[in-house]
Amino acid sequence: MSDASAPGIRAESREEIALRASEDVVRLRQAVRDRAVTLGLSLVEQTKIITAASELGRNTLQYGGGGKVVMTTVLNGTRKGVRLDFIDQGPGIADIARALTDGYTSGGGLGLGLGGAKRLSDEFDIESSPGMGTRVSIVRWKPY
Amino acid sequence: MERIPILRMGRFLLVTIQVDMHDQLALTLQDDLTQRIVSDRAKGVLIDISSLDVVDSFIGRMISNIAGMSRVLDAVTVVVGMRPAVAITLVELGLNLEGVRTALNVEKGMALLQDRGL
Repeated sequence: MSDASAPGIRAESREEIALRASEDVVRLRQAVRDRAVTLGLSLVEQTKIITAASELGRNTLQYGGGGKVVMTTVLNGTRKGVRLDFIDQGPGIADIARALTDGYTSGGGLGLGLGGAKRLSDEFDIESSPGMGTRVSIVRWKPY
Repeated sequence: MERIPILRMGRFLLVTIQVDMHDQLALTLQDDLTQRIVSDRAKGVLIDISSLDVVDSFIGRMISNIAGMSRVLDAVTVVVGMRPAVAITLVELGLNLEGVRTALNVEKGMALLQDRGL
């Protein structure tokens, strides 16, 4: 999977959203919607990236003990997209492959959050280890 | 406390979700509806989600829970008005809302409840 921080990719219009309470996930959805509309993503693409953000934001809150989202507009030549980095200082994920499996949850959820967010994004990256927190990054590119 | 209003129409309960719900609000609606099915002796529940531009796994689970709880309380739940982009996203997310009755709009949803002779 390609990396949105790779050479040739520029990031701009950085915005940070704190995730401390479930109302913050609502604010996150609104912020992502505004950005997706500004970028000219189609209605289905908007819905997918907002839904992915909602799933990952809830994970940050529920499993990471809160954290933040960094939203940027990414540019690769003439291509544009929205990138979201979900960052927490929580307990981390010991087994990432297992956490990505549909139906697996360490909490009370459905176990669709991580895998679902990955399917709803063009790029997906996760960095985590026990005690070191978690960073999940997704990108949705506007099609040509 | 913030709440989604539940309207009663004969033997049916009607809910129109018009705000972007945070998780606690969704849980409150689930509890309120379950209580009202019993206290109002409702035979049907109609939930209009036409104003929702996002249904994530949490809201999806709430919808499934309401359908399941109403079933064991001898009532039928119909979810109406799902937007096409929401349907596409829900299925890709991995949620099929199995066991949840749906209709395209409020009119068809009411017809579905009434056809059951409830």
